[in-house]
Amino acid sequence: MTQLPQPLHDWFAARGWEIHPHQQAMLDAAHAPSTLLIAPTGGGKTMAGFLPTLADLHMSPRAGLHTLYISPLKALAADIKRNLRTPVEEIGMDIRIEDRSGDTTYTQKRKQRADPPHILLTTPESLALLLSYEDAPRIFNGLQRVVVDEIHALAESKRGDQLMLGLSRLQALAPDLRRVGLSATVEDPEAIARFLAYHPQPTKIIHADPGPAPDISMLETDVAPPWSGGGGRYAIPAVLEQVKQHNTTLIFHNTRAQAEIFFHHLWLANEDQLPIGIHHGSLAREQRMKVEQAMVEGSLKAIVCTGSLDLGIDWGDVDLVIQIGAPKNVKRLVQRIGRANHRYNAPSKALLVPANRFEIVECKAALDAVKEHDLDGEEPRSKGPRDVLCQHILASAASGPFAADDLYGEVITAGPYAKLTRDDFDRCLDFCATGGYALRAYDRYQRIVERDGKWQLRDPRSAAQIRMNIGTIIDTEMLKVRLKGRRGGSALGEVEEAFASTLSQGDTFLIGGQIVRYEGLNEMTVEVTRRASDNPKVAVFSGTKFANTTQLSQRIMRLLQQDSWPDLPAHTAQWLTLQRERSKLPEPSRLLIESFPQDSREYTVIYGFAGRNAMQTLGLLLTQRMEEQGLGPLGFLATDYATMIWSLQPVSDATPLFKMDNLRQGLEDWLAGNAVMKRTFRASAIISGLIDRMTRGKRKSGRQATFSSDILYDTLRKYDPDHLMLDITREEAMKGLIDFGRIEEMITRTRGAIDHLQLDRVTPLAAPLFLEIGRVPIKGAAEERLVAEEASLLMAKAGLE
Amino acid sequence: MKPFSFCGADLVALPSGALLWPAQNLLTVSDLHLGKSERIARRSGQMLPPYETLDTLTRLQTDLDAHTPEHVICLGDSFDDLEAGAHMPENITDWITRLMAGRSWTWIEGNHDPGPLNLGGSHRAQQSIARLTFRHIAQPAPTSGEVSGHYHPKASLRTRGRTVTRPCFLYDQTRLILPAYGTYTGGLRTNAATLQSLMAQDARAILTGASAVEIPMPRS
Repeated sequence: MTQLPQPLHDWFAARGWEIHPHQQAMLDAAHAPSTLLIAPTGGGKTMAGFLPTLADLHMSPRAGLHTLYISPLKALAADIKRNLRTPVEEIGMDIRIEDRSGDTTYTQKRKQRADPPHILLTTPESLALLLSYEDAPRIFNGLQRVVVDEIHALAESKRGDQLMLGLSRLQALAPDLRRVGLSATVEDPEAIARFLAYHPQPTKIIHADPGPAPDISMLETDVAPPWSGGGGRYAIPAVLEQVKQHNTTLIFHNTRAQAEIFFHHLWLANEDQLPIGIHHGSLAREQRMKVEQAMVEGSLKAIVCTGSLDLGIDWGDVDLVIQIGAPKNVKRLVQRIGRANHRYNAPSKALLVPANRFEIVECKAALDAVKEHDLDGEEPRSKGPRDVLCQHILASAASGPFAADDLYGEVITAGPYAKLTRDDFDRCLDFCATGGYALRAYDRYQRIVERDGKWQLRDPRSAAQIRMNIGTIIDTEMLKVRLKGRRGGSALGEVEEAFASTLSQGDTFLIGGQIVRYEGLNEMTVEVTRRASDNPKVAVFSGTKFANTTQLSQRIMRLLQQDSWPDLPAHTAQWLTLQRERSKLPEPSRLLIESFPQDSREYTVIYGFAGRNAMQTLGLLLTQRMEEQGLGPLGFLATDYATMIWSLQPVSDATPLFKMDNLRQGLEDWLAGNAVMKRTFRASAIISGLIDRMTRGKRKSGRQATFSSDILYDTLRKYDPDHLMLDITREEAMKGLIDFGRIEEMITRTRGAIDHLQLDRVTPLAAPLFLEIGRVPIKGAAEERLVAEEASLLMAKAGLE
Repeated sequence: MKPFSFCGADLVALPSGALLWPAQNLLTVSDLHLGKSERIARRSGQMLPPYETLDTLTRLQTDLDAHTPEHVICLGDSFDDLEAGAHMPENITDWITRLMAGRSWTWIEGNHDPGPLNLGGSHRAQQSIARLTFRHIAQPAPTSGEVSGHYHPKASLRTRGRTVTRPCFLYDQTRLILPAYGTYTGGLRTNAATLQSLMAQDARAILTGASAVEIPMPRS
């Protein structure tokens, strides 16, 4: 057993603390090439990650970068800096700790490169940027340890893939580097371990005591929740009551828009003037910082928030988490609850507030799952995306010349790329060099060229452009919102460009909890004035579409099968009974389909309960058939349990839509032309460096010069269908879809057992679908009809023709 | 196809974005921006799919085959810059030569391609036919019968299903502005200040796309 150095031991003792078993285990494993710690929030996880560093720096003090700490959130890095400095300063160790992110000043960044601190806290993007500089070898050659926090969250996205490629680079610069991953409780620790490993070496997994089970229940309210409706406004009095009874409450919402509306109504009802703030990713940075500061000082009773506060920031005295809306994902729920009560060995307290009656059923299923420790299974990590690899190749070239064999050798030590073939690597390299087109048009303009066996930038000036494009987060195009005023006015936040384009002068919307009036667009800024209005339009944020897992869908299906529902609130049981009377409840061996008109469109809902990916694929399949039959499909929406399609003509008989023959015929073309593919292409094209990230400055200058990435996609499909980017787009898009095998299986299973009901209005079970986000538009014949219809209306109105 | 009349001339707006004047047997296209991907690679190092010239010429070929005009006017910015124009691959210049064969062909100069290229046809700053004047950039009022390009106008239409945005023609009593014909071209919305001040209150827009559809010019 490795002993904690005396001063550290004394510091622990002075606080009446004892080293946790998992912290000791981390100390013992200090020399393992790769270690993964699985521990609940509040279990001294971060300290466990840093103990070996503190011990080592105590035993053998030295200058230079010793430990790199990576977190997915800037705020988390800043927070850790605070927490780590306390012991270091109190013990009087000579250790410099600094953080580095997009918010760090230019001067500070330069200083960090010239004279790195002992411990540098940063994000995956800032690390990738550091690695792209020529002096990366000098900065990192003495590096001993890297700590990756919240690795379970990073492992789900391309940010994690990029980080693992970054670690492979670091390992080449500092061969003795040891890695530590810190993770919340996950279903499959082995998968995270493989992700983190320095292949082919193994990762050691250490499990901390998971602590007591969380105390989760549904919030009881006097008012029954609506049939449909998001946001949980009905529960505001009950929520305020809870806020009063606790020290600090976090109120989570699934989308920014819902957080805005809830916050607005919360304040209208906040007669006691309880200090309550709002925090989400679209608010201006100054606004967020203010709330974060108030939170640290403990001057807020509650914060209305979204995923921007989703990760383990240790902020003061949070003793209650309220989740508004169904948690969708049990793992996410448990991790959110982890935020409450950061005292080890005390159960965390959480309340669920379902926004409508279907969500009560969902919440019930989720609670049962938590009780039975049935965390959602993770999607098995597929191979690392090649767009991220292309970016890594270019960034490597920006840092200095490399031999293809060496870089390939490095890349396959990264978990997500351990199985990358040399062929695939070479294709990515060719793409970076020449564009990889069948038509070799760019020989003169190659970005990287091989000279004396080493690949390097043809034009060293292009390094700046490559660095500007580093990162894997693709933002929706956002516009800043400012109060109109003499000197620019104060910034309120951002709205999506697509939303801004629907506004006319005088329209009102909510942002940062205020109602504002749209005055106009000034360059790239939305100008607004403060305006009281009862019925604001709401800023729409596409937000993240959360997927329930199949397990949760299956639990919901089982609940619906019951004859009666004594465990559910009476109003919800009545609502399900009503669904049974007006239509039917879904059954496992049959397929329930409802068709009804609503808002001058025809709706068809298929209750497949096959998980969102499968239901999304089904939506694509069925809209194709409807297009062929001239029904004019306009779009569809997939949730974990249903696909809802809207069209100009009603579906009078659903059976032929489900005929197995020719199911796949023409599907590839239909899929390839779909909005899902175009969105995926855009993201991959930006990440791989095919197109530049749109910076604000660029968008300002000459709008007509820029054209949409859809045009590039269509052109490639037409003239270079085997191009690497299309290959990557298909592969990435398929991660959100499923193979047709499962759809075919569902159709076979329910063959001849389709219950297609024609109804005159929306049913209880279909109503909540109208609030779901993630609509996929269909651009078929219906669009032409709508354009023609609207055009003749406008011409008539103008007295023309 | 959308027939409309402008300053006494009976014109047809094609869904492709080309303008047809049957009485003169004339086809006009604007802002082809041939060689754009080459110029972008040269200037910024970005290597976009190098197929936009093929695609633009394929569409132009289709329009020429369908309407067999005797006269063609390319309304400026036909080439993304003079260097791109001068370095067209041989198969492309051959193709352009074949398209030009047997017709009178006028290259109007644009801000991107101000000088003549070695491709034949005539090269002019502007050209007048009957009561219409063809130039690249619209001049400040007063004008009459002016046909221009340059702005790449596009219009948004809010339908009951969704908002549809497409490149469009714009015209009023004195002016006609063509959409960009080139494949790699973006657009300027009709609510932009420049287009708002150029076009009269009663201006109309003809959307291109699967079919050509006329609406009052969207102002907000």
